[in-house]
Amino acid sequence: MEEALILVALTLAATLRMATPLILCAMGGLFSERSGIIDVGLEGKMLMAAFFAAATASLTGSAWLGVLAAIAAAETLALLHGFACITHRGNQVVSGVAINILAAGLAVVLSTAWFQQGGQTPSLGESARLMPLFWPSAGDNILVYVALLSVPLTWWIIGRTRFGLRLRAVGEMPLAVDAAGISVAGLRYRAVLLCGFFTGLAGAYLSIAQNAGFSRDMTAGQGFIALAAIIFGKWRAFPAFGACLIFGLLDAIAIRLQGMRIPGVGEVPVQLIQALPYLLTMFLLAGFIGRAVAPKAVGIPYEKEH
Amino acid sequence: MTRNALPVWAEIVLLPLANIVLAFLAVGVIVVMIGVNPFEALKLLVLGALGSKESIGYTLYYATNFTFTGLAVAVAFHAGLFNIGGEGQAYIGGLGCGLAVLALDSILPGWLLIPIAIVAAALFGAAWAAVPAWHIVITTIMFNFVASALMVYLLVNVLIAPRSMTPQSRGFGVAGQLPSMPGSALNLSIVLAALCCVGVWVFLWRTPTGYALRTMGHNPDAALYAGTDLKRMTMLAMCLSGALAGFVGVNELLGVHHRIVLDFSAGYGFAGIAVALMGRNHPAGIALAALLFGALQQGGAELAFDIPGMTREMVVVIQGLIILFSGALVQLPRPWLQAVFARGR
Repeated sequence: MEEALILVALTLAATLRMATPLILCAMGGLFSERSGIIDVGLEGKMLMAAFFAAATASLTGSAWLGVLAAIAAAETLALLHGFACITHRGNQVVSGVAINILAAGLAVVLSTAWFQQGGQTPSLGESARLMPLFWPSAGDNILVYVALLSVPLTWWIIGRTRFGLRLRAVGEMPLAVDAAGISVAGLRYRAVLLCGFFTGLAGAYLSIAQNAGFSRDMTAGQGFIALAAIIFGKWRAFPAFGACLIFGLLDAIAIRLQGMRIPGVGEVPVQLIQALPYLLTMFLLAGFIGRAVAPKAVGIPYEKEH
Repeated sequence: MTRNALPVWAEIVLLPLANIVLAFLAVGVIVVMIGVNPFEALKLLVLGALGSKESIGYTLYYATNFTFTGLAVAVAFHAGLFNIGGEGQAYIGGLGCGLAVLALDSILPGWLLIPIAIVAAALFGAAWAAVPAWHIVITTIMFNFVASALMVYLLVNVLIAPRSMTPQSRGFGVAGQLPSMPGSALNLSIVLAALCCVGVWVFLWRTPTGYALRTMGHNPDAALYAGTDLKRMTMLAMCLSGALAGFVGVNELLGVHHRIVLDFSAGYGFAGIAVALMGRNHPAGIALAALLFGALQQGGAELAFDIPGMTREMVVVIQGLIILFSGALVQLPRPWLQAVFARGR
């Protein structure tokens, strides 16, 4: 009995550990998407943030400076996305893809040039990392709690504040917001910056909290899983949080089942479990499990009439 | 509106050129940032890409892949669709052509087997693009990850060669190998790439179906009014796109590896977006852009050897910047060019 309890506790802790970057990314993505700006560049922003967090922490020895650098890196890419999509009304998906590819290349190029370790950063000591606060075996560093707090915060900002109301309006019908004399571009820039902030935290979590340094492609598609969680949660904070937990649980199970044989089934194909978040999202989008309703103006650049 | 104030030649030649110049300026800044002399790097890059017969062969071999994925993105783009799943489609296309060869290479002669394998690559690639044809942007991305999980599973558990330690299939028989240039990876697939360029051009601009496809891309309402079945046309465009991406498998597996391996498609699908954007979605432009990207890929590999602290991921950075400046920021230099022309008048 006690063993079973421990197993459950360990699995829950692992779920939370795996879900933390997804939650942070998904909350960031929510702000952007609810304002009408598609963000397929979550992955790239998170990767760039992970690199700058580890690089800064390794050079200065300070985890907090690492977090700041991560936020700055992600915000820079977020501003680039905003510049292309809001100011120049470029294609939002193309811009996001560009940011992903740019980040994947630049992180490796810079880390090779600065650290000469084949695209990695030097391994970080404990003082340069965010360590667990209460239970060392659970890995409950501060960013895990920040991620948990970010969900009600996002819900409150989007659903209960004046800024949130305007944000939703600008994602559904920017013309109305413009007619009310509020700047569409200004609102969308703020949304994109909020997105950068959260993806920055997610990146810092990966490289200086969960792991002890940056390694190439360390985001491994988690930005896209967060995107899937947003769709799964129908662009709402708590449902998206739930989807992140489910996907985190799948990850935790996949790690636990690696190489294990289950009686009657044989070895479980771990790859199937890893592909499940994507497959589930596909089923959802195909209309098999409910319907996903995106903000009406998402993906459409706003052109002010002269 | 001042949008149309540029002469046609400036629209076709000058604006794309300005975009690429901006992208390479940004590359130059990054190269300087990591402490490398950009002109020295450029010299090494050109030498690495075109300096010898072998390096030209490699450049053309890489260009073959980029042509396939560039055309794949372009065909979808003309239909108003954004296929970001070239990566997965190329991977699964390779699976198709590999399976065909593994099944038949002891029974059939090469002249019969190779065409079958090519068709299999097209069918598998098309199938991988057809399934997610309902919400293309999100689902094609996700299918890249599904493809990668599937391939790892198949190669580790099912297709792995007996007594092999690495996850790869047994080698293809001679009948399943394309003739290639000694000392380089260039092989007959480049002929297939050239044929695809011509084929795509003929299809898009010289057939009624191609016309309907482009109409849908420009104005779905008009296409609907003209009697086009939008769902079927979307499916057709995605299948063609996936089939073209699938040919990467032909070049990589039949031409070079001669077995099914992991990650042979890595990066080509995404680079196809850059190639298509740079080539303005026209086969001639795509062929040129593919040659440039092939040269970058080959030259970049050499560069990584010659300059310590430089990696071949520099090429990925260049791809990202080209997608940014030729895609999302495509209108950025327009006001500057307009100002120049206005002054000249």
